[in-house]
Amino acid sequence: MVQLTLPKNSQMRTGKTWPKPEGAKNLRTFRIYRWNPDEDGPPRVDTFFVDLDDCGPMVLDALIWIKSKVDPTLTFRRSCREGICGSCAMNIDGGNELACIFGMDQVKGDVAIYPLPHMPVVKDLIPDLTHFYAQHASIQPWLETKSNTPAKEWKQSIEDREKLDGLYECVMCACCSTACPSYWWNGDRYLGPAALLHAYRWIIDSRDEATGERLDDLHDPFKLYRCHTIMNCAKTCPKGLNPAKAIAEIKKLMVERVV
Amino acid sequence: MGYRTDYARVHGHGAAGEGVGHWWSQRLTSIALVPLTLLFIFPFGRALGNGHEAFVATYSNLWHALVAVLFMAAAFAHLMQGLQVVIEDYVSTKGLRTALLIANTLLCWALGIAGILSVATVLFSA
Repeated sequence: MVQLTLPKNSQMRTGKTWPKPEGAKNLRTFRIYRWNPDEDGPPRVDTFFVDLDDCGPMVLDALIWIKSKVDPTLTFRRSCREGICGSCAMNIDGGNELACIFGMDQVKGDVAIYPLPHMPVVKDLIPDLTHFYAQHASIQPWLETKSNTPAKEWKQSIEDREKLDGLYECVMCACCSTACPSYWWNGDRYLGPAALLHAYRWIIDSRDEATGERLDDLHDPFKLYRCHTIMNCAKTCPKGLNPAKAIAEIKKLMVERVV
Repeated sequence: MGYRTDYARVHGHGAAGEGVGHWWSQRLTSIALVPLTLLFIFPFGRALGNGHEAFVATYSNLWHALVAVLFMAAAFAHLMQGLQVVIEDYVSTKGLRTALLIANTLLCWALGIAGILSVATVLFSA
């Protein structure tokens, strides 16, 4: 059955409260999920105090500040620091966000940070995304052609190129899929909003010659039809994309094949 | 857990080649149920509480009987499809899921046929 409560070994306990930085006047409290596979016991929530006069405005700035100045064992992914790599996706104040483009001022009160929901945790704020990436690979996210390769390039009209807007911008941060209840309950079989948005990105690409095969691969009660238009994906997407709309477009194409 | 790769797990047994029929039919029954519910509920409501004779009087009328039959056919088909989705969504234990899916199909068919037969009995015995 659907698991609505956390298993015993995942139930949270109160963790360590780290000392306040000396002489700091402008403090912000961060409550951060901690779990280390090398230590026994369930995860805990540690409390940190960040000196805002010595730290940048984004949540990622605070995490880096904590790692540099308070606890070097705090573990999280980050890379570009400008919302383009998708590495620092995590659950901040109850919503899935990219920590690098999410400002501390967007949160009232203490800043609570957890890993992306309903995924196995590798350590602290790092979820295991192996299955998520395999789902992305399964939709063959590349141009499939059967015609002879043109001497220069596969041409595309301006109008056809515009159809990819709102799709190509996805950075595969996994915020949408891990916000989706259907993905929580059936993530082993349901491809999830991110993989399906990418599937549609190639289905709608005028240069692609495998549209039928792509639709055949998605024609499945679990791979595609677990989407019930809950819209958490669109609400949470840090890039402002709408995976639910892309999925609805795939469903429309499925109907067009039979009606 | 085993050593099956995630890529193999994602592909599973491949695509079932099913889903659009269920999805489309669910939409069709929901559209049909908008007028059918309105047409069914008022004569049914008028007869409700007025005894068996009131129902016999209502459903010996061909129009009311037709609406009732169509309503029940659409409603039980829609119920069966909807409950199937709920079971698939929330019940992950394989045996229990299969048992519930079988029970859902049989029960909805049985209730639908029983309802339609009841109306037919009233209509043709009047």
